[in-house]
Amino acid sequence: MKRIVGIAIVLVVSLTGCSDTENRSKGVYMLLDTSGTYALELNKAQSILNYLLGVLQPGDTLAVARIDTGSFSEKDIVAKVTFDERPSITNNQKRSFQKTVNTFTSTVKSSKYTDISGGILQAIEFLNEQKSGRKYILIFSDLKEELAQGYVRDIPFQLAGFNVIALNVTKLRADNLDPKIYQGRVEQWRGEVEKGGGNWNMINDLENLDHIFSKT
Amino acid sequence: MPFANMLSITANPFLSMLVWIVLLLAALYFARKPFHRAVGSLSKIVHNAMRLSAASVMAAEKRLLKRNREVLMAAGREHAERIVEREFDRINASVIRDLEGYPNLHRRLSELTIKLDEDYSKSADLPPELPNWIPIIESIAKIKHTGDTMVSNMLAEINRTLAEQHKSAIESHRASGSARHAILNKMLPVWRKVQKTLNDVNKAIGNLNQRAQSIDRYMDDYEQIRMQTDKAARMLSSSSFTQFFISGLVLAIAFGGAIINFNLIALPMSEMVGGASYIGPYKTSDVAGLVIILIELTMGLFLMESLRITRLFPVIGSMDDRMRYRMIWITFTMLAILAGVESALAFMRDRIAQDMEALRQTLAGVEQTTVVTSAIPTVGQMIMGFILPFALAFVAIPLESFVSSSRTVLGICATGGLRLVAFILRLIGNIGYYTGRLVITLYDLIIFPTIWLEGVVVGSRVKRKERLEGNLYKESAITDEAVENIDDTVKFKESQE
Repeated sequence: MKRIVGIAIVLVVSLTGCSDTENRSKGVYMLLDTSGTYALELNKAQSILNYLLGVLQPGDTLAVARIDTGSFSEKDIVAKVTFDERPSITNNQKRSFQKTVNTFTSTVKSSKYTDISGGILQAIEFLNEQKSGRKYILIFSDLKEELAQGYVRDIPFQLAGFNVIALNVTKLRADNLDPKIYQGRVEQWRGEVEKGGGNWNMINDLENLDHIFSKT
Repeated sequence: MPFANMLSITANPFLSMLVWIVLLLAALYFARKPFHRAVGSLSKIVHNAMRLSAASVMAAEKRLLKRNREVLMAAGREHAERIVEREFDRINASVIRDLEGYPNLHRRLSELTIKLDEDYSKSADLPPELPNWIPIIESIAKIKHTGDTMVSNMLAEINRTLAEQHKSAIESHRASGSARHAILNKMLPVWRKVQKTLNDVNKAIGNLNQRAQSIDRYMDDYEQIRMQTDKAARMLSSSSFTQFFISGLVLAIAFGGAIINFNLIALPMSEMVGGASYIGPYKTSDVAGLVIILIELTMGLFLMESLRITRLFPVIGSMDDRMRYRMIWITFTMLAILAGVESALAFMRDRIAQDMEALRQTLAGVEQTTVVTSAIPTVGQMIMGFILPFALAFVAIPLESFVSSSRTVLGICATGGLRLVAFILRLIGNIGYYTGRLVITLYDLIIFPTIWLEGVVVGSRVKRKERLEGNLYKESAITDEAVENIDDTVKFKESQE
């Protein structure tokens, strides 16, 4: 049957003379901030992940990585999967992925420092390697970077074709005292992303998660 | 020097303005005739060009009308031939059926007749006669006796014997009559059988008569079409419109069925060909589902064609019967296989949908309740998946009607369109012509003081001038006449061609 279908498709393709060269697969790399008190927010990350598992289709790639003291490392990738082309297998992969991430969020220990830049660099490397058609980096963090001594992150991001979306950017105590700090932090990240050629977006209300893919 | 100063001919501005007006009017007056000619020519150009174009369009419309009529008549003739052919086929089938049964019928009737004849012969047997000596004894019994005892006893004995003989003869006669009645009674069902057989024959002949009457009626219609009468054209045109809308409606319904069919198989196809590849902007699985439906439709078309229900492919219709029967079986088998595949896909779809729903519930954090699973939706989907391909196979019938009737309907619509174009062209021509007239009149209205002055000064010369102008306009009278009667001109040209 597969052969018949394949022949029919080849016939249609050859008759219409069209072939698809556009890569429509999505690659999503989600960074979870596990530093300090933000680790308490990880239960919200689970709902975001559930949303992602619901909307991603066969052929798409999903990876979840933690942001800790040194995030530019494959070891920080909690779970990664490229969904199979067959929906039934994809469903099983999604179940398994959800289970892995749930285990991680329930057992994670908070880190002392927050290496967001290292996480983004790792995400760029991962998604470029996956050759996804549309690339998304989701940063589940308050965007306050704190690097440990000796960590150098002054490398400009190469984000052409990337969509960087900050999720649940919580306001810190200092932000409440002076909102300019919060705005400055967000603008700094926006600037860095856009300077690297990427698209920046921020979603704080988790009811609007459908904006992740709709705006691009 | 400012422009206002240039206009000041005199020191008095009012006087300057008056002088300018007079000069302007004079200039316009002298330019009147050329202006009239120019505007008149322009309007004539527009008018004639539009009229010629309209005439050309109308000629095209007439050719199209003629062509439409030919197409309509050809289609009608073909249809009438098919109907008459079908009626003859039916008569043929009926005659063959009846004639096949005729020897049997004849044998049955012969047997029944022989049986009836035998029974009749049996029933005609005479009753047993009385013994010959009875009259003699009767004569002796009538002899008058003198009172002699011996004679009296003898006569009494004779009388008794005679009475016994009478009784015996009556009983024998009754028995004989009863036997004959029994024979006649047995004849009754035989007569009924004969009656029924004859009724069947009568019915068959009546059926043939009806068919013959139908053929007569169809032949009348055919004759009308062959003679290409207006009545036939009207009838066929009306029939085409009806066919067009009805077949269009049925095709729309079939399209709905195809969409449902597509939805039944699109999702499970992604399980077979993968859900991540695309052909153009469409998913490969969707295209694969569509291709399956299109193959089913094609098989349906070939099946209907092989069964000679439709005549879209004359090559198939004209195949020899053996090849045609093979084609029927091949297409039917393929259709059945595809229907089976669709049924299996429908089953798979149900399973995938259930799995997806379960995953959605898990992701949404909803506690999965124990759902009472019913096989009815699954079975229903499988049945639909199996039936729809066969239902779609019948699309060939309305498709043929739609194609054949749309040829006529589109022709009629195109004729209407051409008429509309011709009307618009004529309208534009007339508007152009009368606009030119209006401009000339307005021009004269603007320079009316000079015209009035001309009337006063020149007097009778004006009348002569008008006559001349009248002649000037009449210069193009021959052209006008040709344009006005352009239809006749075109007809004349066509007849010459």
